[in-house]
Amino acid sequence: MRIALFITCVNDTLYPRTGQAVVRLLRRLGHEVVFPESQTCCGQMHYNTGYRREAQRLAVRFVETFADADAVLAPSGSCAAMVRDNYPRLGEPGSRLDRAVADLAPRVYDLSELLVDVLGVTDVGAYFPHTVTYHPTCHGLRLLKLGDRPYRLLREVRGIDLRELPGAAECCGFGGTFAVKNPDVSAAMGSDKARNVAATGAEVLCAVDNSCLMHIGGTLERGRTGVKAVHLAEILASTEQEPARL
Amino acid sequence: MPAFPEAARTATRDAQLRHNLRKATHTIRDKRDAVVAELDDWSRLRAAGKAIKDRTLRHLDHYLERLEESVTAAGGTVHWAADAAEANAIVTGLVRATGERDVVKVKSMATQEIELNEALAEAGITAYETDLAELIVQLSEDLPSHILVPAIHRNRAEIREIFRDRMAAWGVPAPDDLGDDPRALAEAARVHLRERFLRTRVAVSGANFAVADTGTLVVLESEGNGRMCLTLPRTLISVVGIEKVVPTWSDLEVFLQLLPRSSTGERMNPYTSTWTGVTPGDGPQEFHLVLLDNGRTDVLADTVGRQALRCIRCSACLNICPVYERAGGHAYGSVYPGPIGAILTPQLRGTGSAADAALPYASSLCGACYEVCPVAIDIPEVLVHLREEVAARPGHLGEKAAMGAAGWVFEGERRLGAAQRAVSAARSLVPRRLPGPGAAWTDTRDIPPIPEESFRSWWRREGRHGRAETDAPAPGQVRRERPEQSEQAERSERPEQSERGEDGRR
Repeated sequence: MRIALFITCVNDTLYPRTGQAVVRLLRRLGHEVVFPESQTCCGQMHYNTGYRREAQRLAVRFVETFADADAVLAPSGSCAAMVRDNYPRLGEPGSRLDRAVADLAPRVYDLSELLVDVLGVTDVGAYFPHTVTYHPTCHGLRLLKLGDRPYRLLREVRGIDLRELPGAAECCGFGGTFAVKNPDVSAAMGSDKARNVAATGAEVLCAVDNSCLMHIGGTLERGRTGVKAVHLAEILASTEQEPARL
Repeated sequence: MPAFPEAARTATRDAQLRHNLRKATHTIRDKRDAVVAELDDWSRLRAAGKAIKDRTLRHLDHYLERLEESVTAAGGTVHWAADAAEANAIVTGLVRATGERDVVKVKSMATQEIELNEALAEAGITAYETDLAELIVQLSEDLPSHILVPAIHRNRAEIREIFRDRMAAWGVPAPDDLGDDPRALAEAARVHLRERFLRTRVAVSGANFAVADTGTLVVLESEGNGRMCLTLPRTLISVVGIEKVVPTWSDLEVFLQLLPRSSTGERMNPYTSTWTGVTPGDGPQEFHLVLLDNGRTDVLADTVGRQALRCIRCSACLNICPVYERAGGHAYGSVYPGPIGAILTPQLRGTGSAADAALPYASSLCGACYEVCPVAIDIPEVLVHLREEVAARPGHLGEKAAMGAAGWVFEGERRLGAAQRAVSAARSLVPRRLPGPGAAWTDTRDIPPIPEESFRSWWRREGRHGRAETDAPAPGQVRRERPEQSEQAERSERPEQSERGEDGRR
């Protein structure tokens, strides 16, 4: 299958490893991947902060970039949710944007959805000999309703030791500009999440969204816990021949 | 009143408060989860509650007129109050006409919203709260911090101190040897309040619902204090928001299931009192209904925001909200705290003040509040809608500039690539502690190391030259679990698409 990557601005700039892992993983599974270079950002930050017009312009760019893609993979739960849940609220009903979104949004997938629902695999041949705990992230949990898909993928990884995360469904406190506008509450939420992560004894915190991982991971780093924040894609791309670097 | 971020700072640093809030919200949310899970038709009840409220709000004028007719026919008197001042003047006038100087109160959000107790005090009338938690708040000259559990921020030891120090000034004193176990505290409150119930001749209540068909008002409560207030005094004055009306008793039936399970985590609340006008020789002989607008018709005019008027004040959104759990109710600067307060308050009061403009941002948009809401208020949707209103106001120059700049960069992939190269080039210069707004980040979190190269740049250099290990998926590898995907897969097999090069859309 030919899969168009939407690498998202945060992944592109700060976490290129995630995109590289996705490319490696999908090629290993026998699929063709393309990266339409006119892509930039989904506009989530603008939309969530109240800058609708700016978000609209980025939505137009997104649908133009990916209009003829068969499947779009966004290795970021919140960006996939932005396209699927919020883009339909951006265009006037019946407008060009509205019609383009209605056409494209159902073909935009998170990594676990693409693998499990579209490509029909749960065992991707990965090897990752570490203790891992999984944070489901709010957008993955409540907007995309990923359910147990990420766990089904993780359970098939050779060598992995999965640990249940207490209070998993609770928000980590990142929330885009929330982390800057309400730093004290955001930090309090982050430190509670980090404490729960550390309590599992896991070496690795896994999630499908690098923004949440940046927030929790940064808190774990500051606390000198030694726990590493790693995107699901990197765990799934990891093999015995080419193990993920921690 | 400081704006939310400042007010929350104090709360997040109060370890005792954080502990009290965490314990209380987690207890209630676990109870709620258990009793909601018992019903296999919860999602349909929720949809029914939403539909009834929406239909009623769409024809609000009709149902309010019907309510007025029914209440009047049952011997009550209906008063219309456009705002808080008008409502307070009506109630004060009604109490004065009885010649009494004391009133007992059933816990009511509407009377707190209009600050009725303060207005009565100015007129020389003392209002006595009879709900246990409201009593604690009143005795300690505090403010409520939760819709359902106004004294949620207090623990037993604190409550014992409040009773011992303050009860005597308000009536029957607490016993000298008062301990801090719940039974002793409840008994002290019972003795203190009983004397008050038997002596006071005027009561003020709110209502959870008002049934238009019969003119019946409904209060749900847990302690029996409400029923005492609703039956013993001679005069009963109920202050009710206009959105509380429901058309019929069969509509009410839906909410009598939704509300207790969502709020206290009970299958049915201990006391459900209904009253219809007056009955000679039984209960209050004079009944007044004050219908309160106070900004509600403005909310109704907003097609996105009006869903906030569906709220049945269950407080499930407060109990699930991670922001409320850390910040506490006082930080919201309103009688409506938590997620519902963050959308209701700025709608009722407008977003003109700094405190009200900060409320729509007092959320990480995690969506737990929407998921738990028994009438399916999409709180995140309204929050974003209100943020648009706030962002469109004058000011926020720094933020507007930043959003504009980010938008400009993202509107061109070349600009984004250049910005990424600049960031990568400066990677060794980024300090561990950032200045300006970035300091909020680096105070408690490390920033991630900036990579040498963006994905985009890696793709151009190396990524695009790679090929799939096999040209086509192995047979059976593409399984389509969702029907719409088979069509996509067909399209993917069209030759013009598979022949398109990787750079085809550049």
